[in-house]
Amino acid sequence: MSLRTRLRSLGGLAALSALAALVASTPAEAQPAPPPGAPAAGARLAIVGGELWQPDAEPVKDSVIVIVDGTVRYVGTDRAEAAGAELVDATNKVVTAGFVDPLTQIGLLEVDLEPSTRDTSAADPDPVRAAFRAADGYNPLTDLVPIARREGLTSVGVVPTGGLVSGQSAWADLDGTEAARALAVPSLALHVLIDDATHETVGESHASSLLRLRELFDDARLYRQKRQGYEDNRLRTLGTSRLDLETLVRALEGTLPVVFHVDRASDILAVLALAAEYRLVPVVASAAEGWKVAPALAAAKVPIIVYPLDHGPRSFAARGAREDNAALCAAAGVVVSLSTGESHNARKLRQEAGNAVRAGLPRREALAAVTSHPARAFGLGERYGTLAVGHVGNAVVWSADPFELSTQALAVVVRGKRTSLRTRQTALFERYRP
Amino acid sequence: MNFHGKQRRGLALAALAALAGACTPGSTPASHPEAGSSAAAPVAVPDAPWRTAGSEAAGQEPATDSPPVLIRGAKLYLGDGTAIARGHVLLLGGKIRSVGPGDGEAPAGARVVDAAGQFVTPGLIDVHSHLGVYPLPAVKAHDDGNEAVDPVTAGVRALDGFWPQDPSIERAVAGGVTTLQVLPGSANLIGGRTVTLKLRRASTGRAMHFAGAPDGLKMACGENPKRVHGDKGRAPQTRMGNIAGQRAAFLGARRLIDEWDSWRRSEAHRQDKAARDGARYLGEQKERDDRERACREGDGDACRALEGKKPPEAPEPSEPALPPRRDLLLETLAGVLEGRLLLHVHCYRADDMADVLALADEVGVKVRAFHHALEAYKLRGELARRGVAVATWADWWGFKMEALDGIPENLALIEAAAGRAVVHSDSEEGIRRLNQEASKGLGSGLRAGLALTEEGAMRWITENPAWVLGVEERVGTLAVGKDADVVVWDADPFSVYARAALVFVDGLERYDAAHPGAPWSDFEAGADEPPLKKPEPVAAPGARSADGGGEKKP
Repeated sequence: MSLRTRLRSLGGLAALSALAALVASTPAEAQPAPPPGAPAAGARLAIVGGELWQPDAEPVKDSVIVIVDGTVRYVGTDRAEAAGAELVDATNKVVTAGFVDPLTQIGLLEVDLEPSTRDTSAADPDPVRAAFRAADGYNPLTDLVPIARREGLTSVGVVPTGGLVSGQSAWADLDGTEAARALAVPSLALHVLIDDATHETVGESHASSLLRLRELFDDARLYRQKRQGYEDNRLRTLGTSRLDLETLVRALEGTLPVVFHVDRASDILAVLALAAEYRLVPVVASAAEGWKVAPALAAAKVPIIVYPLDHGPRSFAARGAREDNAALCAAAGVVVSLSTGESHNARKLRQEAGNAVRAGLPRREALAAVTSHPARAFGLGERYGTLAVGHVGNAVVWSADPFELSTQALAVVVRGKRTSLRTRQTALFERYRP
Repeated sequence: MNFHGKQRRGLALAALAALAGACTPGSTPASHPEAGSSAAAPVAVPDAPWRTAGSEAAGQEPATDSPPVLIRGAKLYLGDGTAIARGHVLLLGGKIRSVGPGDGEAPAGARVVDAAGQFVTPGLIDVHSHLGVYPLPAVKAHDDGNEAVDPVTAGVRALDGFWPQDPSIERAVAGGVTTLQVLPGSANLIGGRTVTLKLRRASTGRAMHFAGAPDGLKMACGENPKRVHGDKGRAPQTRMGNIAGQRAAFLGARRLIDEWDSWRRSEAHRQDKAARDGARYLGEQKERDDRERACREGDGDACRALEGKKPPEAPEPSEPALPPRRDLLLETLAGVLEGRLLLHVHCYRADDMADVLALADEVGVKVRAFHHALEAYKLRGELARRGVAVATWADWWGFKMEALDGIPENLALIEAAAGRAVVHSDSEEGIRRLNQEASKGLGSGLRAGLALTEEGAMRWITENPAWVLGVEERVGTLAVGKDADVVVWDADPFSVYARAALVFVDGLERYDAAHPGAPWSDFEAGADEPPLKKPEPVAAPGARSADGGGEKKP
């Protein structure tokens, strides 16, 4: 059996009605000030001549997309808009927004089996690590960034793992500069694992995982009401540290989505109930049996993130796994995002999307699932996920259908800048080529 | 290696062993047609067990009564590096009876599959699978793939750990796979015997065995054995210990071969001497009998000749020495040393592969294939010269230090160097998409400017893996006389959207995408009830309101 460690326990969805509030409440994080290394003021880049594929519109031939200072300023067909811009010729090619894999550990690890190269997890015997921030260990210069980018990824979720409450993920644009610039949202969501791995690491039942979560959110509620009492040491003992409580308060206030990584249908319903009880903004990830409870997910307007390369019944919790899970959930009205759950091979995202289409997910829905839906799931739908005026200028020029295996990403634009497609792997190839 | 030749030789040796069995200690008594009929019976010394047995799995012969099926109108990837733009394949009696351009002749009563616009390939072959030994669900009780209590466990067999109810088996068939090799894992320096199976639905591993396929031996180099055993404070802890452990194991097996050869020489000599002594005694006894008869009949000379002569003494029965002690571990390795089992080596780094090749030269074994082999591109010239195949993934890398230098052009570079490239899965997920993996490897090579074709890349999942398993005379290409293992695809198998529509194994339909039956695995009994309705096509995402998708109900 492969030794590859997989991130098979992440997930979550945010009620879209709460998303608008979230976006409004985090403008500083969603729009970082241009740091050093950003394109000079007034930098214009135009992608011209390509067929623009968007999830929410018919394809547009001979399209023109103009990005100024990293932000999309024009989308249309008027070539005059491209005047004075650095041109990216997309004639007879396909243009899409940059692809997003919301559940990776890119920037947190180099080699899975070498602990010294991993910053993925708090080595804490306490399974509650809400204050742990992936952002603090993020390395934007890892080899993994250009390797993912070469296959059309422009943004990823950087997700901690382990424990019951793993910590906070970040949203990174793959521009490979310093972390402060790459991390568009340093605290994206809180991640909770309720799966077989939790059994092993926490040694608990699913029920006691939920019990512990309830305790934590109760304590966080009390902490929020009586902060001064806490500082004066007049409160009963609370279940976790002050910084954990501060993080949980953000979840209670709806400004930090909570991603529940969970597979079993009954567990999905349990976390939906928990989220409703505490008025959280939930996202459900992995969701192998999501199709069984798709109407409930749709009714609660909870988005899901699924792994489309179905492994079959890999656990009892995923006994109902099926390859058309994404298609069935989407058909039921759930906002579905796709993820590889991988880091070194997050580049497989477009293959995974192709397989989701093969299993019945409509093509446009699949495009949304790797662009606009992950952005919406985390409340970033106003900034990411489509090529629209005001959005971050992340775009890809493809040689053809981006999901097809023979297709290549010809140009990858991150924040308005055409990036290099050279990687450590292309350098190795050049060293050993015939 | 000639597959049929091997089989014939095995049978002949088995017959010889049976003949010799009657008069040899430690072997099964058997009726001996010539026993006692002549003292001058030919000497028959039993041979070493690894020379007389075929695969330990010894499964059933494939079906030979499959009905006629004519597939016509499709593009054929023959698996040998060529294609026919529009052709036919006729399956009958478990074999391919006709293949070529045009529509072919449908025999009376034949099922005709109109595959116009579709694609036909040989059944895909995965040389590296742990299906059945690490089955789904991946619970602790299902860990049957690594006997990780000792670094050398050549005596264990994947077949004995194989669970035929693994739900992944049916899913692999739905991905177009018809033959696979199941290996023990890579925790050990020498993990045990592999087994080659045909993916027919069955309730035992033996009923799935690819009858006549040689067994293999799984060996591992690099990080895994030294980590698994070294972490327990025992050898091997280093790559030095890895090679030393493997060398010691093969030298032990060499000694066993010497012991058997020595015993067989002594035993042949003993039997020969006993036969000669017996013949001499019988001659002397006959001479005396003749004289006694003549004497009784009044022949005085005869009577005189008998005077004072003692009757000849029967020779003491000679006690045969015991043959060498049975040792499944060393016997398996001896089989590898003599080329009867194929050697499969898990290895990532180029220098590790070079070290194993040097060891192989020293102890006298031949490596059939390196598996995983992410750095094979750095050693591709030598691997091609030696005829060592490279079985690998399209794009895995980075999960451990020895996988850091994996590049997506590995398969393409092996092919470009005239080596034997093979796509393997090592994964219950990847085995369902071997065609996609080949397609990615092809795409990466083309992007890098290497001269490759789809027809050539198809060999990575058909003809080349058949050779790796020593069954290239039986499967791996669409050719007359080959086993009728055939896949009809609904689109070009190099497309991500392609699905296997029909899968035939030994001429029998094993999968029909349009009419999936109840799940094969007992573990999934009832999982298809009630049947799920296919989703209705979804409206364009643009139709969804900005406040989310809750309004649509199935």
